[in-house]
Amino acid sequence: MISKELLAMMYRQIFMIRTFETRCIKLYRSGAIRGYFHPYLGEEAIAVGLCAALRKEDYIVSTHRGHGHCIAKGASVDRMVAELLGKETGYCRGLGGSMHIADVATGNLGANGIVGGGIAMGVGSALGASIRGEDRVTAIFFSDGATNNGVFGESLNLAAIWNLPVIFVIENNDYAASTPLEISTRDCDLYKRAAAYCVTATQVDGNDVLVVYEEAEKTVSQCRAGKGPVVIECKTYRHQGHHVNDPGEYMPSEKLEYYKKQHDPLDIARRYLLEKTEEAKVKAIEESVLKEIEEAVAFAEASPEPDVQEFLADVVRKYN
Amino acid sequence: MSTTTAVNARTIMYREALNEALKEEMRRDPTVFVLGLQVAARGGSHKVTKDILEEFGPKRILDTPIAEASFTGVGVGAAITGMRPVVEIMFLDFSMLILDQIINQAAKYEFMTGGHGKVPMVLRTPGGCGNGLAAQHSQSLEALFYHTPGLKLVMPATPYDAKGLLKSAIRDDDPVIFIEHKQLYMTKGEVPETEYLIPLGKGDIKRSGHNATVIAWSNMVPRALAAADKLAQEGIEVEVVDPRSLVPLDKELILESVRKTEHVLIVQEAVRRGGVASDICSIIMEEAFDYLDAPVRILAGLNTPIPFNLNLEKHCVPQEESIVVAVKHLLEGSEP
Repeated sequence: MISKELLAMMYRQIFMIRTFETRCIKLYRSGAIRGYFHPYLGEEAIAVGLCAALRKEDYIVSTHRGHGHCIAKGASVDRMVAELLGKETGYCRGLGGSMHIADVATGNLGANGIVGGGIAMGVGSALGASIRGEDRVTAIFFSDGATNNGVFGESLNLAAIWNLPVIFVIENNDYAASTPLEISTRDCDLYKRAAAYCVTATQVDGNDVLVVYEEAEKTVSQCRAGKGPVVIECKTYRHQGHHVNDPGEYMPSEKLEYYKKQHDPLDIARRYLLEKTEEAKVKAIEESVLKEIEEAVAFAEASPEPDVQEFLADVVRKYN
Repeated sequence: MSTTTAVNARTIMYREALNEALKEEMRRDPTVFVLGLQVAARGGSHKVTKDILEEFGPKRILDTPIAEASFTGVGVGAAITGMRPVVEIMFLDFSMLILDQIINQAAKYEFMTGGHGKVPMVLRTPGGCGNGLAAQHSQSLEALFYHTPGLKLVMPATPYDAKGLLKSAIRDDDPVIFIEHKQLYMTKGEVPETEYLIPLGKGDIKRSGHNATVIAWSNMVPRALAAADKLAQEGIEVEVVDPRSLVPLDKELILESVRKTEHVLIVQEAVRRGGVASDICSIIMEEAFDYLDAPVRILAGLNTPIPFNLNLEKHCVPQEESIVVAVKHLLEGSEP
């Protein structure tokens, strides 16, 4: 039975990701945030449910749609907002931006601008831990889009032959950018591919944080016990297009409405929490998150820009 | 010649020197491990990883499937999280399958993370032609890596350099592309019994001379030295400068030699177009133009894939004879 505290923590994180992104999209629209911004809105329960089953020292590998993974693994939102604003105090000192936030200290090897680019890396962190004789596991987040990239099959095979503690988390949101899954593959049940590599796999509702958590919990302990890699396919749907400037016109409105109004991971998590906690306490969580995000934005806005001379000196010192 | 004499030196092969470097570093540091195709049980296609499995066991040296992109990515991920992997790619040509992992991931990781992530990984791979291996097993592709900020690039020419540089590459905190040469694996040279390191970014004068500077690396070094011997018989004293690592590049050593001889020939096996030689030439033009007594010459591979036929192959890349001719042209001021 899941504890009230854990449920509250997971709801807080889901609400945190939702608030972080909603607030940052406002900053984006105002012109303060530039570049690409791929929202995780609608997929929050996957990162949160999965990371809740991990230990602090476990590793994760993220994607271009990575804000949720960062927050769920324990990144600080103030340094995240600062990075999105390109500030010196950001996780990457303004050199990386949305698609490259990493926090090795919290086990987050990083977001990645290349679809599928991080999958093999995650097998590497698992291999390193196994060589050192540690029981750390690695969770690799990637999309349905990445499953059609060769490196996915290769990496799954490597993790299988070396029996590594890797959880391959497919965030199946139905689209590779805007290309629908059904024209990219013959069988949209992506977890089935694992069977070809003799890897255990399941498919779960990625919008239900409890379902994700319970599956992750089972899977992570299996990995930690040395039983080799697993695949979890989490079915989900984005709340908007591929990035902030993609209106997502190709997304059927009925389906979109269903996922936003009737099957929203935030609403589902809130309902779970309300079964165990009075509304005032839930509201208190929400208030504290809203405050934390506003403080993060204030911190980021007040932070200095990276110093140009220092940057140029670093370039000469490091790359020439 | 300056660096290759030691009291207790033995004569060993280039590939044996590399093997010693790997073993010494693996003994010294438990985070060093090796992975690649048939590196463990078979000891490597070029015998560089011979007997490592026996000494260190299967956790420290792993045979991989033919899946270059992913096992290189595995190296990157292991490096980020505290290991020092040495990844072997059987032929430099096959590294075209791993460009995302090297150019988009490894090279940029430290930069993109604002400096808090590091990728201390070595990618070892043999390049070059000379065996009739045809167009997909003979290329000299160093320019691709030279072009990419965030990578270091090492191309040793002798057993002594190979060992000292590989040890430094393994200890380096940046991703290092370490390009060996197929024709050099069986060549012999003096290597001390005692441990030594050669810092990356420090070139070597392989032969002193005052008439002309020949800049060469990898398998072009022995050819340049053989050409220098011939030229010496005609009274032409050539200085052979081997940068050993192209990134970082020992510019000062090159410029010093240029200022002395006032004549420069750069010899590269890689195709002429867009090559490292052109970049070194531009550095000399910008920083030592006033010292030059003649235009800088480049003798490079032809802009062609490498043909299978051995005689044709020989005509595509600089040879001892063509270096002799090029130096004479340089000194006579005649047309290349």
